[in-house]
Amino acid sequence: MSTKVIEVQNLVKRFGNFVANDHLNFDVYEGEIFGFLGANGAGKTTAIRILCGLSSPTSGHAMVAGFNVKNQPERVKKNIGYMSQKFSLYEDLTISENIRFYSGIYGISRADRIERERQLLRNLELEAERDKLISSLPLGWKQKLAFSIAIFHKPRIVFLDEPTGGVDPVTRRKFWELIYEAVHNGITVFVTTHYMDEAEYCDRVSIMTEGKIAALDTPAGLKQQFDTDTMDGVFLKIARPDK
Amino acid sequence: MIETYNISKSYGEVKALDQISLQVGKGELFGLIGPDGAGKTTLFRILVSLLLPDKGTAKMGGFDVVKDFRKVRDLIGYMPGRFSLYSDLSVEENLKFFATVFGTTIEENYDLIRDIYSQIEPFKKRLAGRLSGGMKQKLALSCALIHKPEILVLDEPTTGVDAVSRKEFWEMLKNLQTKRITIIVSTPYMDEAGLCDRVALIQKGKFMALDTPLGIVNSFKYRLLAINASNRYRLLQDLREWNNTDSAFGFGQDFHVTFKNDRFEKEELFRYLSEKGHTDIRIEEIDPGIEDVFMKLMGTPDKPQKADL
Repeated sequence: MSTKVIEVQNLVKRFGNFVANDHLNFDVYEGEIFGFLGANGAGKTTAIRILCGLSSPTSGHAMVAGFNVKNQPERVKKNIGYMSQKFSLYEDLTISENIRFYSGIYGISRADRIERERQLLRNLELEAERDKLISSLPLGWKQKLAFSIAIFHKPRIVFLDEPTGGVDPVTRRKFWELIYEAVHNGITVFVTTHYMDEAEYCDRVSIMTEGKIAALDTPAGLKQQFDTDTMDGVFLKIARPDK
Repeated sequence: MIETYNISKSYGEVKALDQISLQVGKGELFGLIGPDGAGKTTLFRILVSLLLPDKGTAKMGGFDVVKDFRKVRDLIGYMPGRFSLYSDLSVEENLKFFATVFGTTIEENYDLIRDIYSQIEPFKKRLAGRLSGGMKQKLALSCALIHKPEILVLDEPTTGVDAVSRKEFWEMLKNLQTKRITIIVSTPYMDEAGLCDRVALIQKGKFMALDTPLGIVNSFKYRLLAINASNRYRLLQDLREWNNTDSAFGFGQDFHVTFKNDRFEKEELFRYLSEKGHTDIRIEEIDPGIEDVFMKLMGTPDKPQKADL
């Protein structure tokens, strides 16, 4: 864990008088699962949009997958994967059509696509369903598929924005097993979640409050630092220090 | 206050609710726990008279939700799952609107919402669409309460809300309960089940269990071990491969494991893991939580069932 996939230095984003990101500093290393936590309105979404090349910082410096988010946002977009519960796949296209669509966007050659598609369907045991519409799949399967397609172009890092909201407890855990498998295969994962047990699955966790990173460490380190047994306890102490 | 008898509802081929019966008493805080697509919203829409059941009957405060739907609507406060206030009205205008629709005023029932509304009152001129998630939720609850309902129906009020705001929301509900308001609330977060008086675990349109949180946990008759070792990725694979393992799933930093045959010595499993090269192995007998029970009851769907596709 020495190569940095994300480097953030003094990152600031203002909207008028409002400072959404107030001098953020952190690095994400190759092959780690980095949990990006915070209360609603703490500035997580703003930071993720900047790191994905969708929004430009007011000041400061951020490199993602080797490219500068300010000067090379298009290069950043090509080299990352992104998935959220709200935006994933096209419901009225089939599994295979979605794969073809994403392959087209990321410029994957026909030969590569056919080989990777075969692998993906075999992995998920969905060979028989390749011509089914996404809308006909159960939610848990859509999410697994959405994740597999988000890393279809073999990005160095994938951003997962609340990927497991609303799914049943078994599917939620199976989804995390896919994340582990991807990490095992060398992909770096940047993930947000409201489930505190999922924070435990991360190698390191940062917690934002009011535009700043209030804490950043391993789950064990955070629990020790805040003198509590659970990530829930850590989150509570950081997000509401007066209680 | 809430009674349903054998409610069924289908959308085409999909059975959203399958013979649901339930009774909730006055002042009770009742939780409906289940994932997306389990049928929670369908049941709530029937209870608040926005949807007709195919079969079965439901009464709210003694009134039939089909025949006496007007009386039912006066009696209940409903907070739908999606934010359904007017984004282009201010906080105060939204509240005033809901008060007027029910023929009352903010002043008349201010006491009931004071604790909740006072937290967002400093922003009363702000447009509702520009509030943060936690603040929207407080406004929606205030609007659902402003006509002093006897029954509150809250559809996933804490979904997508951060852990701290979720805690605060449940404190508000506990507080409302002391005012003898009957509350039925749905949530996909299993950890919230323990805060209810009674809960139903719902999956695929059926109740898998209905009891007090303690009763549900006590119904779990299996041995449960929490297991940890230094390499989590390999540990899970090896646990699943052990010939006596029934299920193994991550729970925070540990894995919770159930077995085909519960009669074995812990050392046996320890030895197996050591032989597989694991270090820092920790194995502990634990009591189940609601989530363990839920997962046991639902089984482990490895593939989408043909019926789902």
